Amino acid sequence: MHGYIKTGNSQPAWLFPFVVIVVLILSVLPLARLAMVGIAAFADGGVMTVLGEASLWSTTYYTVVTAILGTVISLVIGCLFAFLLTLTDIRAKGLLSFFFVLPMMIPPQVTALAWVQMSGPSSPLLKALHIAPPLGSPQPLYSVGGIALLYGVQHAPLVYLALRAGLMTLPRDGVEAARLSGASSLRVFRDIILPLSLPGIIAGAAISFVSCTGNFGIPAILGIPASIFTLPTLIFTKFSAFTSRTFGDVAVLSAIIAVISVVGLMIQDRALRGRDYRVIGLSGASAAFELGIWRFAFTPLVWVILFFMLAAPFFALLAGALVPAYGVPLTFKTMSLHAFEEILFRQAVTRTAFINSLSLAGATALCLLVVTVLAAYALTRRKDVVSRIVSSLIEIPYSLPGIVMAVSFILVFAAPIPILHVSLYGTIWIILIAYFSSFFAVSLKPVVSAFHQLDPALEEAARLSGAGFFRRLADIIVPLIAPAAGASVILVFLIACNELTISALLWSAGTQTLGVAIYNLDDSGSSDLASALSVLVVLMVVVLMLLLELLAKRLPKGVVPWRG
Amino acid sequence: MARLILNQLGKDFGSGRAAVSGFSLEVREGGFLALLGPSGCGKTTVLRMIAGFETPSDGSIHLGERLLADAAQSLPPEKRNMAMVFQSYALWPHMSVADNVGYPLKVRGISGEVYRAKVRDALGTVRLADYAERRPADLSGGQRQRVALARCLVTSPDVVLLDEPLANLDRHLKQEMEETFREFHERSGATMIYVTHDQSEAMALATDIAVMSEGRLLQVAPPAEIYARPEGRVVGGLIGRGAIVTLPRPFGDGRALDWPALEPIFAAAAGAASGDRVDVLVRPEDVVSGENIAAGEGIAATVESVLFEGERYALKLALADSQVLRAYTRFPVRTGDSLRLSVRAAWRL
Repeated sequence: MHGYIKTGNSQPAWLFPFVVIVVLILSVLPLARLAMVGIAAFADGGVMTVLGEASLWSTTYYTVVTAILGTVISLVIGCLFAFLLTLTDIRAKGLLSFFFVLPMMIPPQVTALAWVQMSGPSSPLLKALHIAPPLGSPQPLYSVGGIALLYGVQHAPLVYLALRAGLMTLPRDGVEAARLSGASSLRVFRDIILPLSLPGIIAGAAISFVSCTGNFGIPAILGIPASIFTLPTLIFTKFSAFTSRTFGDVAVLSAIIAVISVVGLMIQDRALRGRDYRVIGLSGASAAFELGIWRFAFTPLVWVILFFMLAAPFFALLAGALVPAYGVPLTFKTMSLHAFEEILFRQAVTRTAFINSLSLAGATALCLLVVTVLAAYALTRRKDVVSRIVSSLIEIPYSLPGIVMAVSFILVFAAPIPILHVSLYGTIWIILIAYFSSFFAVSLKPVVSAFHQLDPALEEAARLSGAGFFRRLADIIVPLIAPAAGASVILVFLIACNELTISALLWSAGTQTLGVAIYNLDDSGSSDLASALSVLVVLMVVVLMLLLELLAKRLPKGVVPWRG
Repeated sequence: MARLILNQLGKDFGSGRAAVSGFSLEVREGGFLALLGPSGCGKTTVLRMIAGFETPSDGSIHLGERLLADAAQSLPPEKRNMAMVFQSYALWPHMSVADNVGYPLKVRGISGEVYRAKVRDALGTVRLADYAERRPADLSGGQRQRVALARCLVTSPDVVLLDEPLANLDRHLKQEMEETFREFHERSGATMIYVTHDQSEAMALATDIAVMSEGRLLQVAPPAEIYARPEGRVVGGLIGRGAIVTLPRPFGDGRALDWPALEPIFAAAAGAASGDRVDVLVRPEDVVSGENIAAGEGIAATVESVLFEGERYALKLALADSQVLRAYTRFPVRTGDSLRLSVRAAWRL
């Protein structure tokens, strides 16, 4: 009979298979290809040659050491801010939180560039202030310590967010009960809060470690001049000196990064075992502690840290962008907007980079939104094993370092696509597809949480009113999840616009992104132009974050990362 | 419009225990059926299968000659011409009251003056004509409820489903809404199915009551009938506030028992603990206590608890063999007092 369907399920029959196919193409295909090439390299003995190189072991050592040191630094800063901003009555929490999360959103190569401009003998800012070290003294950041320090700064917000999420659900009545039992503030902190926040700290450490392992921008700018290579920068240089063995080599190197990440996550899993403290009772530990006299110690401390994390590097960057030419001292007389003119109006390379990055980020955000609305619908309405597997497959490309995904996509598209005989390698499309894969999870998260908040009866009422699938989508579902969809678009745009790791491997002439342009300008010695471009990028990040802040009131909890 | 027929309906969510099984029921055209049962008994599942949100794993649902669903195929809800009032009301927060009510018309392609007239009519019926441009968020609970009802009114659905629509309202508002539902049923003539766990709601509204427990249908009958002649312990315990006592089997086949029939078996119950016993339902309004029972006559009982209900006192009484009876009195008694009782009428389950 006409019109009957197999099940009472609200989804059209094509929907779930569509989602599965998208996930297969974006997640499974590239990683399977990477695994295949790795196994092939094993079979023909290529692995042995790679593993036999002394440079590989020093690289792996540097990768692990910088990542561990970076994680420790990010833990110290992240925990300090999380505890102070979540549990105490420190003033201007919203503002502090916004500023503290900013470094996470700023591209790592910009952070690195800014810090280089802030320190060392040729810093325009220090020279303008007449406190620069004497010429000829070494740049202190071109070292393992420098890389680790910047890792720490870049990833401290990750620790902060992970810990804060845990602290927000801390039982307020539990704290009050401890107080009534006679415990002092310090004892409450040590006996109640610290044990309960351990899972958040562990999770934050793991995310920070994995991000450090996969970071490309910071070791590229700080490490390469000092010949300190990490695995991502080694992959990058292998691609620059392309040989017949390159594919096999980078597959093995990517596999090592993946293994280090997985080991990090396994240690986290191990550490979290037996620490599943489901919080019972009233949650929401708002201002559990009054700072009292300590306010005069902590308030300056957090602002000083923020000054060195944000303001000083930004002013250094600005100073670097305003010097008329390299080496010229910066004064109010010599200051010029020449570099901005150059990158905005004269240099074809930076203009192309702007167009490429904006259109790539826009296309990624919007196309992904269409897919994620359908995927979120399909995944929240089905609650079986298959949908859980699909959800975790979407997560994998985002949790793996970007460089691994970039290598995987190169391996997939290095040869022309069979049947179609189209070659994507070297075109902008390969970057777009890699972005789709890497940022799928970013796009999906806000939309899924909006769907979870949606009362299913709202859609059922529309069904009984006679509305078919697309009608319901247009009239009921999309208007109701619109704020989350907006947040998803802005978040993806923000991250994709600033991305360097993937495009650094996938770009070719004419398809460079902003991240690549900044790196190349700096690499070729035009640090004034690189700084000017970075300043514009930072301003763009701040504007987009403010946009999200404006949207925040209408969004489900947890969609805007820095808001409670 | 036509009869709604549920035939041997079953639903298994794969949890091992079927949520609904062997459920057969016919709702006559224009009938108002209350589906009554404790929470978790499967009544909402039955409702959702009728609406088409769930597919039966067994049996079939017909509306007149038309098959709505069986284990192999199912007509999607959007093609069933039904309407539903949800427990959460399910009003769309981004639309005005008028847009909410008019949405089913809009989907059916009705527009212009016809559309506006129908929406105005529907809102008038639930006395919300002045609220057309408001947002649902600006309305009170009862008003939201009436918007949801107007949305059902606006098209002429074959079946209107109501899923515990009064569960979130206070007692005063409940009575007002019961009135509205009854009016609505009389005016529209639609077949209505009303899911509730509140027996007084079911009694007040429905032309028929179907009692469910653990996924099975126990009894279907008009309210007065089901109150007077319940089948089995579960229905007897669920309908009204009666007490069920176990007594020796009375003489004869009659199930309606009067005092002459009851007196000997109550007396015998205190003595012999074994033998052929049956369950007897005793309603509190049939229990008579007081001074007009001479000493040595009637049944001896002790007051276990007294609850003042305003117009009367509700007593919980313990018999000699510690079985419990309930009774009402006009005058206060104290816990621990001894009383003599007689029982005017009772029903053998």
